[in-house]
Amino acid sequence: MTAFFYGLLHTVLVLAAAPLITGIVRLTKARLQGRQGPSPLQPYRDLWRLLQKESVIADSASWLFRVAPYLIFVAVWLAATIMPTFTTDMVLTPAADLIALVALLGTARFFTALAGLDTGTPFGGLGASREMYVASIGEPAMLMVIFSLSLLTQTTSPANMIAYVLSGHIGIEVSVGLALAAMVMVAIAENGRIPIDNPATHLELTMIHEAMVLEYSGRHLALMEAAAMVRLLLFMSIIASLFFPWGIAFVDSGPMAVGLGLAAWLAKVTLLAVLLGFFESLVAKMRVFQIADFLGGALLLALLATIFLYVSEAV
Amino acid sequence: MIIGTVLAGLLCLALVALIFQRRAMGAVYAGCLLGASVLLGDGIYHLVMAGHEEIPAVVLPFGVPWLKAHFRVDALSSFFLVAINLPAALASLFAIGYGGHVPQPQRVTPLFPLFLFAMNGVLVADDAFVFLVSWEFMSLASWLLVLSDHTSADARRAGLVYLVMAMFGTFCLLPAFGLLAGPSGAYGFAAMRAAHLSPLAGALVVALAIVGTGSKAGLVPLHAWLPLAHPAAPSHVSALMSGVMTKVAIYGLIRILYDLRGDVGWEWGFVMMVLGAVSAALGVLYALMQRDLKTLLAYSTVENVGIIFIALGLALAFRDHGEVALSALSLVAALYHVVNHALFKSMLFLGAGAVMQATGVRDLDRMGGLLNRMPVTGVTFLVGACAISALPPLNGFVSEWLVFQSLFKAPTVAHWAMRFGVPVVGVAMALAAAFAATCFVRAFGIAFLGRPRSEAARAAQEVPFPMRAAMAIPAVLCLCLGVIPVTVTTGIANVVEPLVHVVLSPAVLGWPWLSPVSLTAGSYSATMVLLSGAGLMITTLLVVHRFGTRAIRRAPVWDCGHAEDIVNAQYSADSFAQPLRRVFGSVVFAAREEVEMPPPGDTAPARFRLTMTDPIWTYLYGGIVKVVDAIADRVNPLQFQTVRRYLLMMFLTLVLLLLVVAVRQQ
Repeated sequence: MTAFFYGLLHTVLVLAAAPLITGIVRLTKARLQGRQGPSPLQPYRDLWRLLQKESVIADSASWLFRVAPYLIFVAVWLAATIMPTFTTDMVLTPAADLIALVALLGTARFFTALAGLDTGTPFGGLGASREMYVASIGEPAMLMVIFSLSLLTQTTSPANMIAYVLSGHIGIEVSVGLALAAMVMVAIAENGRIPIDNPATHLELTMIHEAMVLEYSGRHLALMEAAAMVRLLLFMSIIASLFFPWGIAFVDSGPMAVGLGLAAWLAKVTLLAVLLGFFESLVAKMRVFQIADFLGGALLLALLATIFLYVSEAV
Repeated sequence: MIIGTVLAGLLCLALVALIFQRRAMGAVYAGCLLGASVLLGDGIYHLVMAGHEEIPAVVLPFGVPWLKAHFRVDALSSFFLVAINLPAALASLFAIGYGGHVPQPQRVTPLFPLFLFAMNGVLVADDAFVFLVSWEFMSLASWLLVLSDHTSADARRAGLVYLVMAMFGTFCLLPAFGLLAGPSGAYGFAAMRAAHLSPLAGALVVALAIVGTGSKAGLVPLHAWLPLAHPAAPSHVSALMSGVMTKVAIYGLIRILYDLRGDVGWEWGFVMMVLGAVSAALGVLYALMQRDLKTLLAYSTVENVGIIFIALGLALAFRDHGEVALSALSLVAALYHVVNHALFKSMLFLGAGAVMQATGVRDLDRMGGLLNRMPVTGVTFLVGACAISALPPLNGFVSEWLVFQSLFKAPTVAHWAMRFGVPVVGVAMALAAAFAATCFVRAFGIAFLGRPRSEAARAAQEVPFPMRAAMAIPAVLCLCLGVIPVTVTTGIANVVEPLVHVVLSPAVLGWPWLSPVSLTAGSYSATMVLLSGAGLMITTLLVVHRFGTRAIRRAPVWDCGHAEDIVNAQYSADSFAQPLRRVFGSVVFAAREEVEMPPPGDTAPARFRLTMTDPIWTYLYGGIVKVVDAIADRVNPLQFQTVRRYLLMMFLTLVLLLLVVAVRQQ
């Protein structure tokens, strides 16, 4: 029963907290650039405003263009719902392990790219082509991170991984560090953050994600934006829960522990949001064809993480 | 009994088609549909009854006089009967509407039932003779089907390459069965199971079996014929060749390696895993560069065969290491992918056939906007594209998930080659999965979305009912096989039980949770994903429509200031693949892009030329052809000698042979 209740609470919470996290990132960047910046609550107002606006759709677009935002949003939201953040006692946690989470995000990406192609504009195709190119290297890197973590913990289920790490079986491992580095690089790429992509740009040469959703407006755009916000929170939660799982409550740990876990999770993701804002202010965007080097590096780091596991076992 | 009747019926159908030519076409395909459906039903019956009934072996008095012909249907055969006759039935249904639209229908209709007959013959064979004769029958029937449009030079070239590779495959299988039969010539499968081979002969059998069946399945580097031959045949035949015939090859491999030979070393598992990984990654990379929709689908078959081989190789390695439960898991994953790929690849080829009938083109860059014009074809193709890209909750994801689960457990085989090989294979498999998604976003997006890229695409009309039904049924099945993975896995676990001697329990956590390895190793529940996804979807719809406006306005898109050429300004198939072509293609295919810009002031169009070379054709096959040519040149003078010299040569050969015999006798 508690599992059902916590699951429902988590479903609502990931959606409710996502715009706030995006707002914090934006506020951090604004302050670092010497601007006052909007309140971190501004993304909520933006989403509300978009919901009220009529949607303008290209005359050549098919039904897929209208259906895609709903599919994308639900796929990302579902993935975020399944990933445990403050407690592992959630009814849906066994429904998808990390491989299935990657695939759910893949579903969202698949339909985003199709929607980009459906408009029949050069921008949509450009965005779709580049997004799939980034994902073609980023997704394998993430799967290899999961591989190395699963070798370490004997499971691909996030809840069991967290339990294994918290039980103190793992000391300081080189592999975990390498996997973390690879995971961060993948997270940056998957969320279209600087230096891979700039969510604030509409400059045609550099756009990736924004180019695909360029033709969206009104409630459809609101769903796409919300999906992007939830995805950012999801990746932060994955990093926070898998690599820094301290504070997460277990199946029988009672409401106090769950409250503590909730506070710990919010603190962790807020910290990550501020860090992301700092990082984005420090680096410049890279050229499109250098992304392959960046993500190839991530793939190699993840592979090294597995190899180092064998080496450390042998020593 | 039932199977024998159906097979005889298929032969009669071929005769009917030969006599009545075009007039009986509909009836012949309807007969094929009936025959395949009966075989499908029989296969399902045997699967459900698996373990509850005695499996009788039937001996018929024809074939080689001292051997006779043996037939037997066990769990593995009945599983493949299902996996093969389901797409076959759909292809026959499709052909009822489509058969008249191929270039020369009278050259296709008689061979279609023959092809079905031969493939089913391989499955029910219980001795090497029946197996090989059916196998050859299958190769020759499909070869003639490839040549059905013999006016096209491409088809003739494809036919030649295919014939050579098919002969090579049988050339390998023949000695493999010969070694299995031993010096006494025990060609029955039952005798082969009991036989003991020397280590060298055993290794030879395995190597020949991998090469022989691999050449039919399209394993890299033996895949060269596949992307030529599969697209050259009419689409419903392509569906059978790509979706079904490759599975017959995999059946042959499983039969030899897991049933007839009981003790294959892990090294062979490693070899198969590596070959599979190379096929998976290379196959999909090839597919990504193709512009021809059917060639793209054929290359994607190479990828999926690679995935199946990875799982089969893992199963061998696990078995040799004593991890029977994990061996069962890998084998279940392989068979799950077999049935999935048979289903969605046939569906995609049928979709390509429907598009060809509606537009007359195979080039992606001449399609576009078909989703609005062909709604049923479009939706089914989309389902197929999602399934083959392994998106949950469809069936392709379940089998790839199972393969990943067994791959992630592979380091338990504590041998350095396996432990260091597995992560690399994992990278290849992960790359293949990601590329497949890109490949099918490109295929579906360019062909079915956007604006029509040609007049033919603009005028496209939806295809007739039988064809639509033949595509809609597998689309529904793809969803079903994806949503109830535990039930399917339980069924397949019973099929592999006689091979690995253990029953895999696919749901340790209870019914809706697919959790095959252990309680904590990881789980997936398509049912729950679908249900909770539906719940979230309803919530989203309610919220958006309650608190937002529902107004929609249609408007032209911004044309970048060039209203006259908005169609050509769309991304094309080649431009979509450009980033990946630049990163991977320049290394693997030596892809070069040349742009010729006219001098300023000149109004001549700029030209863009793209060149790619297939390294396997250039280096491997080119090399073989060179060697064969050189030998032929050397041997050629032997044809122009005097009678005296020929007599001398014969005399010398005789003396040499007698010497050999004399030395052996000593």
